[in-house]
Amino acid sequence: MATEPRGWLARLRASLARTRETFGERLDALLAAPPDEAFYDRLEELLVTADVGAALSAAIVDAVRRDPRARTPEAVRAALAARLREALGPPGTLRLDPPPAVVLVLGVNGSGKTTTIGKLAYRLRAEGRRVLLAAGDTFRAAAIEQLELWGERVGAPVVRHQAGADPAAVVFDAAQAAAARRADALIVDTAGRLHTKVNLMEELKKIDRVIARALPQAPVERLLVLDASTGQNGLAQARHFHGAVGLTGAVLAKLDGTAKGGIVVAVAHELRIPITFVGVGERPDDLVPFDPDAFVEALLAAPPLR
Amino acid sequence: MFEGLQARLGEIVKRLTGRGALSPEDVDAALREVRLALLEADVNFKVAREFVERVRQAAVGQEVWKHLSPGQQVVKIVHRELTSLLGGATRELRFAPQPPTVVLLVGLHGVGKTTTAGKLAALLRRRGRAPLLVATDLRRPAAVRQLQVVGAAVRVPVFAPEGATDPVAVARRAVAQAVADGHDVVVVDSAGRQHADDALMAELAAMHEALRPQETLLVLDAMAGQDAVRMAEQFAARLRLDGLILTKLDGDARGGAALSAVAATGLPILFVGTGERPEALETFHPDRMASRILGMGDVLTLIERAEQTLSAEQAAELERKLRRAQFTFADFLDQLRQVRQMGPIDQLLEMIPGFSRAKLPGLTVDESQLRRIEAMIQSMTPQERAQPQLIDGSRRRRIAAGSGTTVQDVNRLLKQFDQVRRLMRQFDDRGRMGRLFPGR
Repeated sequence: MATEPRGWLARLRASLARTRETFGERLDALLAAPPDEAFYDRLEELLVTADVGAALSAAIVDAVRRDPRARTPEAVRAALAARLREALGPPGTLRLDPPPAVVLVLGVNGSGKTTTIGKLAYRLRAEGRRVLLAAGDTFRAAAIEQLELWGERVGAPVVRHQAGADPAAVVFDAAQAAAARRADALIVDTAGRLHTKVNLMEELKKIDRVIARALPQAPVERLLVLDASTGQNGLAQARHFHGAVGLTGAVLAKLDGTAKGGIVVAVAHELRIPITFVGVGERPDDLVPFDPDAFVEALLAAPPLR
Repeated sequence: MFEGLQARLGEIVKRLTGRGALSPEDVDAALREVRLALLEADVNFKVAREFVERVRQAAVGQEVWKHLSPGQQVVKIVHRELTSLLGGATRELRFAPQPPTVVLLVGLHGVGKTTTAGKLAALLRRRGRAPLLVATDLRRPAAVRQLQVVGAAVRVPVFAPEGATDPVAVARRAVAQAVADGHDVVVVDSAGRQHADDALMAELAAMHEALRPQETLLVLDAMAGQDAVRMAEQFAARLRLDGLILTKLDGDARGGAALSAVAATGLPILFVGTGERPEALETFHPDRMASRILGMGDVLTLIERAEQTLSAEQAAELERKLRRAQFTFADFLDQLRQVRQMGPIDQLLEMIPGFSRAKLPGLTVDESQLRRIEAMIQSMTPQERAQPQLIDGSRRRRIAAGSGTTVQDVNRLLKQFDQVRRLMRQFDDRGRMGRLFPGR
């Protein structure tokens, strides 16, 4: 079959290059004119570009359209903010009492688990808590070393085995150590796993069972780490991890780029789990509690997010 | 692979191909769904809009509606446009006329640069090259160590001097070292950042200037969202990129963002990462990927994988044994291992035309079952493997104990194996198909 001239691709390329404005700027431009049908389509597209997802974006815009008060630009903006805020649900907090609490950190490969753990440990240490880390990622090359460097940096001992060891065994030892050393919190690193790998999800369930057995009284947080640049696959990730161990929250990592992190809106909305923390930089203190109001405000604000 | 997109488009395609004649309304409805499927697969909204418009124009221009099977025509057009969107022709890695060839991998944190560097080195080694890996991510904790472990796993040396702080200097020295040691390809793993900031770009630009790489490849995560286009453009604006590598395609990532990045930058995808094993990096074929997205299967890749793991002699030997019904448990074990070397069974299934995960959502191949079978055969003596009829009750108990299975498991395996052998004997008795087709 003859190859078509690639002219349309060149045109497409040029039109993509024009997408330079921020979400807020484009919203402002949209709101400058009175709302018509095309307006709502554009609004929907705007949400899609923030990774909120086609279905949820359509639902949100539909609600805004049917809102009798949303007739002025400011009212549309407010209605949009209210709907997004509603989808996000209440903010989440970590349950750390009674100690030792366990924080099991989960996610796909490269989502930022180990770095999130380092920052979370830093945070809990700064609050004066005794933190123990479990090097449950025995698969990825040098993952244990990476966690140990974080441990040294923030002053949290690391329970580790050799690379390739059974992660459930590492976690069991760490749980025993957490009890024996009277740690306030045990943060468990796990190997990145694509949520479609059945055997790896089984491994995760086993780790979860081991925690429940070794520390039956301990509150257990099961946090999914989502990369802010993740698209709609983030929803599939969340569904699978939630199905496997029952998530208690999610952490939005790497929200310092240009990505909007809109996927957390879809995740919080569908699974009814809170977003507990957000990673906004590369320094140890760059993990902050997720504030849904501030997130929505930042998303809809004219200046670029952070 | 591109799963959601594949399922949705496959469904639309099926509806179209089932029709005798299509009305313009049918086409409009189908294209609306195509657009939604693309958006849900993280395809950039502008790319989705343009793509659908493009397909509509191409379809109308050809007056396909009068044809016998108009649906097929639309599918053909979608396939062609998708292929062109994915970059058109297969683009192979280019080597410098004067070795060493320098390949620089760039990308953000967590996309899989280091893992990909290891896989690429392994692939080059399989192709008879002598690669050298270079660790220049001196910032992220244990990044150098990670590459060293990856390098050791694929038996490729890693250049990573202790205590170095200047990545450009490290890269320069590595190239000099490669020349001295006779390495013909240098794969440079660079530092990532959480976003494409000025500091990162300056470092990479300096690296690019110093090394003049033959290939500078941007590594992209298949799970990326709408921002991937902007990110790829930021890299392309500051560095002369030659191509893309798409990682983590073995999950259910829809890959639409990466597809948009191809459209936005005009850069070809050279390789795709399809698993955690070191050999899970494959040459990207736009036409085959388009076929796979549309649920037409990917038989070519399946054959290539088989060729990669099974030599011609092995195949001939196996066929001979099959025909003479000399197939033993030892052969069976070989067979099993070879198939598993080709990759996860789930992935192999997906390459079969007509296989649809959407139709069989609950289907998962239990790899642990295969491991159990392997364990049982390994618990047999060589004599037992050659003559399974020797395996009596007490031997069965021993095999079960040795493999951590039950006597029932062993019984089932023996019974299934016996059935297979019987079937083979039927092949053997009268040429190839013998009694299976008695009427012939």
